[in-house]
Amino acid sequence: MPALLEMHDIRKSFGATKALDGVSLTVQGGEVMALVGENGAGKSTLMKILSGAESADAGRMSILGETYAPTGPQDALAAGVSMIYQELNLAPDLSVEDNIMLGQEAGQFGLLRRAEQRCRVSEVLDRLGHPELEPKTLVNRLSIGAQQLVEIARALVMQARVIVFDEPTSSLTRHDVERLFVVIHSLCEDGIGVVYISHFLEEVREVAKRYTVLRDGQSVGTGVLDDVSEQELVRLMVDRDVDDMFPRVPHEPGDVLLHINGLSGRHSPEDISIELRRGEILGITGLVGAGRTELLRCLFALDEVKSGSVSIGTLSPAATPKARIRAGLGLVSEDRKGEGLAQTRSIADNMTYSRLSPYSRGGWLRLGERRTQVEHWMGRLQVKARSPEQSIVELSGGNQQKVALARVMHQEAEVLLLDEPTRGIDIGTKAEIYRLIGELAATGKAVIFVSSYFTELLSVCDRVAVMSRGRLQDVRGASEWTEETILSTAIGTDV
Amino acid sequence: MSELPAPSTPALRRLTTVAGPLIWLMLVFCIFWVADEYRAKARGAEGRFATTASLRLMVHNTSLVGVAALGMTIVIIAGGIDLSAAAAIALSATVAAYFFRAEYSPLVGVSAALLTGLLTGLVNGALVSWLRVVPFIVTLGTMTIFRGVGREIAEGTPIRAFGKLPEWLLAIERPVPEPAWLLVSPGVWLMVVLAIVVAALLHLTIFGRHVYAIGSNEATARLCGIGLTKTRIIVYSLAGLFAGVAGLYNLTSLSEGDPNSLPGRELDIIAAVVIGGGSLNGGRGSVMGTLSGALLMQVIRHGCRSLGVPTAYEQIIIGVIVIVAVTLDQIRQRRLNR
Repeated sequence: MPALLEMHDIRKSFGATKALDGVSLTVQGGEVMALVGENGAGKSTLMKILSGAESADAGRMSILGETYAPTGPQDALAAGVSMIYQELNLAPDLSVEDNIMLGQEAGQFGLLRRAEQRCRVSEVLDRLGHPELEPKTLVNRLSIGAQQLVEIARALVMQARVIVFDEPTSSLTRHDVERLFVVIHSLCEDGIGVVYISHFLEEVREVAKRYTVLRDGQSVGTGVLDDVSEQELVRLMVDRDVDDMFPRVPHEPGDVLLHINGLSGRHSPEDISIELRRGEILGITGLVGAGRTELLRCLFALDEVKSGSVSIGTLSPAATPKARIRAGLGLVSEDRKGEGLAQTRSIADNMTYSRLSPYSRGGWLRLGERRTQVEHWMGRLQVKARSPEQSIVELSGGNQQKVALARVMHQEAEVLLLDEPTRGIDIGTKAEIYRLIGELAATGKAVIFVSSYFTELLSVCDRVAVMSRGRLQDVRGASEWTEETILSTAIGTDV
Repeated sequence: MSELPAPSTPALRRLTTVAGPLIWLMLVFCIFWVADEYRAKARGAEGRFATTASLRLMVHNTSLVGVAALGMTIVIIAGGIDLSAAAAIALSATVAAYFFRAEYSPLVGVSAALLTGLLTGLVNGALVSWLRVVPFIVTLGTMTIFRGVGREIAEGTPIRAFGKLPEWLLAIERPVPEPAWLLVSPGVWLMVVLAIVVAALLHLTIFGRHVYAIGSNEATARLCGIGLTKTRIIVYSLAGLFAGVAGLYNLTSLSEGDPNSLPGRELDIIAAVVIGGGSLNGGRGSVMGTLSGALLMQVIRHGCRSLGVPTAYEQIIIGVIVIVAVTLDQIRQRRLNR
C-alpha cells in the first residue's frame, strides 16, 4: 500500500542559495510526522512546495501513489493538502460559519443555502469534538486557540487528507495546546496524515510518533521518537561543518557603556537586565518568538516600553527613537524591505536619514558635501552601486544590508543593535559583515548581534545570551557554549 | 536570496519618470493642435486652439488649481491626501472677503486669507497626527466642516467685495496682463515662483528629505528618528497656506467670497498631482509633473471646446486620462519592485 504522502529528493534553489538539497519525507495515513530542524533548515521552503506556493526544482511528490505536482495553492487544496500556519488565515469580521465555508460556500444560482451550510458546519465541529463553537460568532471574538479550531474545521470541509501544522502552539496557552493535541489525534483516527512542525521537542514527543530532521536543506535523519533521546535529536539538528568563514578582528572589552535594567515590553521581552561594554560583541539568540527582536525594539523605543530603564554612559534617553539615536544607539532592522530601508529612495538618502544635521545650513542641504561622505562610506563598506543616487530596490540584498549598516556607522552610533544582519545575503558578504562587526568593536563600539544562526554567534561574539519566551535564560562567554547547549537552553530542556 | 537584476536602462527610466507628464502634455497639445488646424482648414477659417489669447487663457485657468496642487504635491509625497483643499480655498476667500467688505487695509485681507489657509492645514495636520485616523477620513470630515464654517461667516450668501479690492490684487487674476510684456497674468507668475520654492524645498532641504522618507516608508523614517508628527503638521500647514493663496485667486476672480464655490475642485487638484506622477502610496511626485498635470487638464478642456466637443465628452476624456496615468504609474512601480 503506497504511503499517504511521499516527498522524494526535493531540491530548490533561490539564486545561488540552495534552500533544499535533497529532502525526503513520508507520511502515512493516520500518523503524526514531526518535522524538526533549526531556523533556516528549510522547513518552511519544504512546506511551501508541498502547499503549491513554490515549485520544486527537482524531486517528486505523490499522494497515495498518484503523482502530485501542484501549480498553486488551489491545486494543493483540491488534492487534499491543507496548511495551518502560525499566523492564522481567517477573515476576522466574518462568523465562524462563514470562515469555515469561505471559498466553498454551499449555494445555488449565487444564493447561499444557509441551512445546508449550517448542517455541514455543525457536522464538522462535532467531528472535531467542539460542538460548543457557535457558528454565528464573529471570529475576532474567539481566542487564538478557538480560531485555530476554525481553521482546522475549514480544512476538514475541504476534505483534507494531509494537514500541515506549522508551529501551531507558539501563541497558545497550555490548555489550548492540550485541546489541540486531542483534536490532532482525532484527525489521525479518521485516517488523516499530519505533518507537525515545531521547535518544542517535548511537545513533539507528546503529539507525534515519528520524526524527520532537516538540516541545511537536507533530511538527515528519520525514525521513531521513542527510540531517540533528546540529545541525539538536538545533535542531528545542529551538527554542521564550521567553515573558516569567520574572520576575527582582535578587540578588547573596555568600560561598561550600556546598562539595561529590568526592561519589559508590552508582551515581550520580560524583565531583561544586562550590561554591555565598549569593544564588546554580545550575541543574542533564541527560537522564533523568543523576544529577541522585541528586546531590540524596546531598547530603541520603537515598541512600547512597559518598565525598566536603559542608559548609555551617563545618558538616560527618553523613550523615543529620536532620543535613543541622540544618546548613541543605532538599530539595523531585521526587515530590510518593510522597515530597514526606504526602498524607492537613493543610497545617499537612506544612509543619511538618521543624521542629516552635519549637512544643514539653516535647513538647506549641502548636497555636495553629503555626496562626498556617502561615497566615503560606500567605499569603506564596498557597496557595489553605480552612484550614491541609485535607488535601494536596484541593489542586491547584501549591498542593501551594507547601506543599512553604513547608516548606523554614519550616524556615529556608539551602541549598534544589529537584528539578523546576515539574513538573506550571500556567504561572501556575510564574511565582510563579520569583519566589519569585529572592526567596530576594535574601535570601542559596543555591538548587540541578534541571530538565529548559532555558528556565527559563537564565532563572532564575545558573550552569547539565550532568550526563551521573552526572558533571558542564560548569558555566558562564547567559549562556554556549544550549539547543543544553546539549542537546549533555547528550547528549555537540559542536555 | 536571489540577486536583483540591474534594470536595463535606468537613465532612460529616470528620464521618463521625471519628464513623463511633460511628454504627455506635449503629446495631447499637439493632437488638439493638429485636429484644430485640420478642422479650421476644412472650414476655411483660422485655428482657434493655438492662438496667443487661447494659450494665455489655458495657462491662466491653470493657476488656481496649480497653486493648490503644489501644496497637494507635498501632502501626497508624504503619503497623505487632502480632500478639504477646495473647501479650504473657499473658506480663505470668504474670510478675506469679510475683511475687504469691511474695508480693512488690503494687507489685513491678504493676511486673513493666508492665515485662514494655514489654520485649515494646521487642523488637518494635527488631526491626522494625533487622532491617528487616516488622512482620507480626516480631510473628508474637515471638508464639510470648512464649508460649514464658511457659510456661518458668510451668513448664507456670498460676501460681496465688489469695488473694495485694490487694483494690484485684482491684477492677479486678470487674464490679459498689464503691462503686456508679462505675457500671462501675475497669478501665473506667482504660481511659477511658488513652484520653484516648493521644488527647492523638496529637493534641497532636510525637511524635503523627511517628506520623501515618511511617504516612501514610514517605518524607516521612524527608525531614523525623523519626527513624524512635526513633519506631518508642517506638510499639511504648507498645503493649507497654498490653499490660502489659491483663496486669493478665487476671491479676486469672483470679487466675492463664496463658501460654496469650487465644488468638487479638490478632485482636480488631486488629479493634477496624480497625472503628474504622484503616487497615492506616497514617496513619489514632482512639482514639474504636478504643473504639467494641471495644465494638461486645461489643454483638454480648451481643446475640446475649440473643437466643439460637448462638455460631457470633455469630462469623460479627463477621467480616462486620470485612470490611464495611474495605471501606467502602477505598471512602472511593479516593474521596479519585481
